[in-house]
Amino acid sequence: MDALPPFQRALETHGDAVWRYLRGMVGAQAAEDCFQETFLSALRAYPRLHSYSNVRAWLLTIAHRKAIDHTRRARRELPLDAAPDPIAPPAPERNEQIWGAVAELPPRQRAAVLLRFAVDLPHRDVAAAIGCSEEAARRSLHEGMKRLREVVG
Amino acid sequence: MTDGLQTMLGAPDSHAAAAARRFATRAASSWSADLAYAMLASPLGDLLLVAGRCGLVVLHYTDARTDLDAELERLAARRSPRIVESVAALDPWRRELDEYFAGRRTRFDAPLDWSDIRGFRRRVLSATARIPYGAARSYGEVATAAGSPRAARAAGNALGSNPLPIVIPCHRVRHAGGGLGGYTGGIERKAVLLEIESQQRG
Repeated sequence: MDALPPFQRALETHGDAVWRYLRGMVGAQAAEDCFQETFLSALRAYPRLHSYSNVRAWLLTIAHRKAIDHTRRARRELPLDAAPDPIAPPAPERNEQIWGAVAELPPRQRAAVLLRFAVDLPHRDVAAAIGCSEEAARRSLHEGMKRLREVVG
Repeated sequence: MTDGLQTMLGAPDSHAAAAARRFATRAASSWSADLAYAMLASPLGDLLLVAGRCGLVVLHYTDARTDLDAELERLAARRSPRIVESVAALDPWRRELDEYFAGRRTRFDAPLDWSDIRGFRRRVLSATARIPYGAARSYGEVATAAGSPRAARAAGNALGSNPLPIVIPCHRVRHAGGGLGGYTGGIERKAVLLEIESQQRG
């Protein structure tokens, strides 16, 4: 087994992907807490990681669990008709519209779309992060993109 | 359409870097990380400082970015890969070193981690740590203080692998005849350190 590089490198190289994924999953406000929890869990487990080569997919798998935990907690804490977390619009109207549409996707479709396109994971790693078959991941991705196109044209 | 959608979803976000910095700072201050590092600009060039719970582990002269990466990789393999960057965590040593370079400090009080320094090397470096500010010793004198009077050359080698130069003042050790001898960071740096100590401003 090759020695692992300093954890700081994983943070610097993949922090942006983890952030974008979480922002899409739980909204900009909750993303901060999920981000901190993701990297704290990752830091604790890091010395036991077998290979650094797929550290990106590993971090996103952890981020996915944190996002799902957050979504479950939020659902328990909020009244049923409460709006989802506001998604911070990166800039103009059209972006707002797309992030709004992403926020309204069912969690698994949202995760698949973000992991594939916001973070650029291959289908195999998308499936591993979500914890389903590659076939199911492709289906969720397809459904999610179809909905997004309906909303944003 | 899909391309536009993908480009937008994949656009970088400036919040990410700030969140990453917050994480590293917190991980270091709570010591969830095993080691924290920071750079310090000094009259001797950029210094890499690395500390753990027990104190300063490494002070390293970095002449290039590759020196920094290589040293951190060596520590990741040898001690722990749980390493994050945090200026705040290195603050006690950074402050004392700044004062030292300004001639306003003659001893270092922030803790040093000696756990990786063992045996003869430990005895030599401990003896070196006791040499007062502005003083000089020969390699033979240091070997004697370390309990091995005939091991001047071996003492020189031990000093050459000092992981904490400046704070363990191996620059105060020179040849008995008055020559400067060698130095990990290059002989020019040794001369600058001796110059600083000869002009101390109290």
